[in-house]
Amino acid sequence: MSQAKNEWGSRLGVIMAVAGSAVGLGNFLRFPGLAAEYGGGAFMIAYAISFLIIGLPIGWAEWAMGRYAGQAGYNSAPGAFAYIVRHPSAKYLGIIGVIVPVVIYMYYVVIEAWCIGYAFKFWTGHVALQTTQETKGLFAAFTGASADASALKFSVDAALPWLMAVFVLNFWLIYRGISKGIEKLCNLAMPALIVLAFVVLVRVLTLGSPDPARPHDSVINGLGYLWNPTKTLVVKTEPAAGEKPREVIGAAAIAEAEKEVAASGGTLKLVKRGVGEQLANPDLWLAAASQIFFSLSVGFGVIIVYASYMKRRDDVVLSGLTASSANQFCEVALGGLITVPAGVAFLGTTAIASVAGSSVGLGFNVLPLVFAKMPLGMFFGGAFFFMLFLAAVTSSISMLQPGIAFLEEAMGVGRKVSVTILGMLTMFGCGFVMYFSGDLKALDTLDFWVGTMLIFILATIQIIVFGWVWGLDRGLKEAHEGAAIRIPGFFRPILKWICPGFLLTVFGYWLMKNLFGAGGEPSGYITDLSGEKANLPAQLSVALILAVAAFFVLLTARSAAYAKAEAGKSHHDNNA
Amino acid sequence: MTTEGWLVMLLSVGTVTVLFAWCIRKVLTAPDNAESVHGMDLRTPDMDRE
Repeated sequence: MSQAKNEWGSRLGVIMAVAGSAVGLGNFLRFPGLAAEYGGGAFMIAYAISFLIIGLPIGWAEWAMGRYAGQAGYNSAPGAFAYIVRHPSAKYLGIIGVIVPVVIYMYYVVIEAWCIGYAFKFWTGHVALQTTQETKGLFAAFTGASADASALKFSVDAALPWLMAVFVLNFWLIYRGISKGIEKLCNLAMPALIVLAFVVLVRVLTLGSPDPARPHDSVINGLGYLWNPTKTLVVKTEPAAGEKPREVIGAAAIAEAEKEVAASGGTLKLVKRGVGEQLANPDLWLAAASQIFFSLSVGFGVIIVYASYMKRRDDVVLSGLTASSANQFCEVALGGLITVPAGVAFLGTTAIASVAGSSVGLGFNVLPLVFAKMPLGMFFGGAFFFMLFLAAVTSSISMLQPGIAFLEEAMGVGRKVSVTILGMLTMFGCGFVMYFSGDLKALDTLDFWVGTMLIFILATIQIIVFGWVWGLDRGLKEAHEGAAIRIPGFFRPILKWICPGFLLTVFGYWLMKNLFGAGGEPSGYITDLSGEKANLPAQLSVALILAVAAFFVLLTARSAAYAKAEAGKSHHDNNA
Repeated sequence: MTTEGWLVMLLSVGTVTVLFAWCIRKVLTAPDNAESVHGMDLRTPDMDRE
């Protein structure tokens, strides 16, 4: 009997895979919106600090713990937790590391289908948009956001056939394995993504001021909207509930705003908001920390699984830093220069401000109109959405490996069986998201409870396990095994104290704001679940999460592999 | 766009670009790259039966 095995061709293979997992829609759509909303200078200070005290430390912890558990044959998060913590409860905490990628995959692949569908529509010239309303109408019809199940039809103008295509593509790639599937995809897709981003970037930066009647709406002012550290705002003295101040960019626009304020009879005032004042806003820190967090894929349960397939003396410190820096490059140097400047040049700051921070809003309700108005817009719009598709597919494929590793380990089955089971499970989930497409309720609910809350929880558990349960000295010793560079000494207090403390603070503030509501009223995500405002798709979405969790708990409880892990024995040890 | 805006943008974009370039160079020139770095192994029961 010959033993077949897959290997990465090079260290760059694993780095490309982790970077591909991290680089996603948030890099090009969410980051620029947030940076613009909170003021480039202040936001980048909070963003850089969050990168140093959250992103890098948790990433390194995941790489080190994953590789350590992998030496004993444990490739899933429950297996890694059980082997490192050696307590019966640990494997159940590790289940979060399987639930997160599997459930996120159920809706992420739907968004991936929108991207390739939009790329097709642009490249075949089927996008004739004149107004924001038309753009929103196109999106509602294509995605089914207008009514439940309305996109369940076999037409290139609906998401369903695209979803089926990308779903099959993802599972075909993951079935081919680590080397022939994930590595080949990422080695091709990541450079292609960067080239496409440069092509679109050059087009955007050479747009100038496309409408001579509105000279303030230019690429330069778009860049200013994103990066100016001091914001100049026109504020109403008695604003309506939820009404945001209007930002003005450029000397000419500010001079006009001063005249407008002078003529307003005291109902308007001009306010300059500096970096210090912006940094005092806790929402800015929450936004920056969340962006670092979700963008780097820490707490997703992916890195720990990828690293588990490494050999004992394979470097994890430089690899972790390189994968993170690749993500930051795509986010800041490419994402930060494309979408918002293009949006401001064609639609003005007000239209962009209304969707800032919303990936779906900026990407699908605003940018298609921008490309439709742009010279050669059909080509560049197609290139942009195909770039988003590449970013999404390298992320979605990474979400499947944790589930496959878990099923193989917990059930003792091979790749064919585990891929089949995961395929059926995620097919049901994708069908669920597509069916309950009205107002994107199912997608939004799954994203809130799993794609946001459970990620916070898993990352917090991981850094506490690394710094406190496993122990900092042991963790760093393990991380430095075979490392090409050393983790600087100032990261010791960060790993032990600052990172968990900052995470818990940010998570507490996030809970207070998003779960219990800023004014003491429960948020919509809570009222959706029971009472007068109960919403059936939201209730069923939470039921789906619980059902998936229950299935994984059952498998974990019955697994002999995890009993071995708790006892500190190797998975390959036959003397259990 | 103000002068401060240009500075923030150039500093941000420059920092991530230099960091990324340094990391890639370091990865590609690390000693014993071909020998010590084997990447991931993936063995599953069905593969073992092949």
